[in-house]
Amino acid sequence: MRYVDEFRNPELIRKASDEIRRLADPGRHYRIMEVCGGHTHAIYRFGLKDILPANIELIHGPGCPVCVLPMGRIDDGLAIAEDPNIIFVAFGDMMRVPGAHGSPFEHKARGTDVRIVYSPADALELAKKNPEKEVIFFAIGFETTAPSTGLTIMSAMAQDVRNFTVFSNHVTIVPAIRAILDSPDMRLDGFIGPGHVSTVIGCRPYEWIARSEGKPVVTSGFEPLDLLQSIVMLLRQLDAGEARVENQYKRVVPWEGNRAALKVMAEVFELRPYFEWRGLGFISQSALRIREKYAQWDAEQRYSVPETRVADPKAAQCGEVLKGVLKPAQCKLFGKQCTPEHPIGALMVSSEGSCAAYYNYEYRKSLVTRIDPVMSTVA
Amino acid sequence: MCLAIPGKIVEIAAGQNSVGIVEVTGVRRKVQLGLLEDDIPRIGDWVLIHVGFAMSKISEQDAIEQMRLLTALGETEQAMEEVCGYGVENVSGRDGPSRDWPEQGNARSGA
Repeated sequence: MRYVDEFRNPELIRKASDEIRRLADPGRHYRIMEVCGGHTHAIYRFGLKDILPANIELIHGPGCPVCVLPMGRIDDGLAIAEDPNIIFVAFGDMMRVPGAHGSPFEHKARGTDVRIVYSPADALELAKKNPEKEVIFFAIGFETTAPSTGLTIMSAMAQDVRNFTVFSNHVTIVPAIRAILDSPDMRLDGFIGPGHVSTVIGCRPYEWIARSEGKPVVTSGFEPLDLLQSIVMLLRQLDAGEARVENQYKRVVPWEGNRAALKVMAEVFELRPYFEWRGLGFISQSALRIREKYAQWDAEQRYSVPETRVADPKAAQCGEVLKGVLKPAQCKLFGKQCTPEHPIGALMVSSEGSCAAYYNYEYRKSLVTRIDPVMSTVA
Repeated sequence: MCLAIPGKIVEIAAGQNSVGIVEVTGVRRKVQLGLLEDDIPRIGDWVLIHVGFAMSKISEQDAIEQMRLLTALGETEQAMEEVCGYGVENVSGRDGPSRDWPEQGNARSGA
């Protein structure tokens, strides 16, 4: 049986760290993107940057659903919700994300009925309990979350709950990776692939990155040792001049993904021709809208949506940080006007946002979970 | 949002095989099982939960590791708040975390 301490075992971490040093060619600079915001959080939390040699640079990717949502969508959702008969429901991490006219919390203070749920299923329950009201669930998330929203919509149809709709902001990760690879100012050597998105989509959707772009991808777990092992696997491929998709997170990620979840997604959603991402602009076929069959439960079809387009605050450089072109601290507002207490950009709101992660752990070193004694010996 | 919460299936709702009751460190809450249709969990199985839906079955060892990870990431409180939020009613009559991540203490001896 595997020891549960394995993932923090100093000896194993030392071995992984030694192996990284052995593999990393000192004459080369490696740029590896961790796509998922959960990984970004873990990397800062465990101080992994300090374990890695200086020529391995981790670039933070776009895998934070709150962060990539353009401001205009928040304003659109809240504009519909101004009707006193409507209850606007969202996950807690949406609540402090600023729209052009304030965050959901600020709208609540001004009288909009805004409520937090932890599950789309609970938003549906809320609708059933308030038949005289209209409940709009403001859905965000990548493929990790979209199947849950999808199944909730199917459930609303099966139970004929007609005062429940979903405002879908679901996005898909692969087109975002493509947009980043197409970006001329971005040079990457490989990817740490997302963990929980991959439990749904599996590993196959990344194969083109290896095949057509020649970049290795390793889907990874969230433990320090998971991430270090994934970097070892990437370096081995890079040293051998190979590019394959590998699965480091086999204990959770099946190669083929979760078929039942994919089936639900395909049943309820279809790809939008294009969708705007904060920082990345319009990306074709990168987001999910609700199919005609479920139009009754689609807030965008049931209500008139203003289709607000809002430019990000000029001084904020969220887009550059999201693409990995700038590090959080290189943004002009970072730590000054924009802090977790007073976020200007969404990357400072969510714990998966790279600005919040950087701010919390680089500025408050005491929060970092040291995986000593390795740190002191290899740093 | 990306981090998943491990829970143990302790009950499958009668007549509703897509709803189960999980226990997460002593707190019992309703979770949806419909996304595991191809591999329906049974009582005693461990699952990873995301926004109130079981996403994958995992081993008990992996469940313990996942709990430790949430603790290390400082997300225990947030995770428990989330778990307590699942289901509009408290299905077990016990509200809030009744004990702190108990499996951690036993983890070493059980390994």
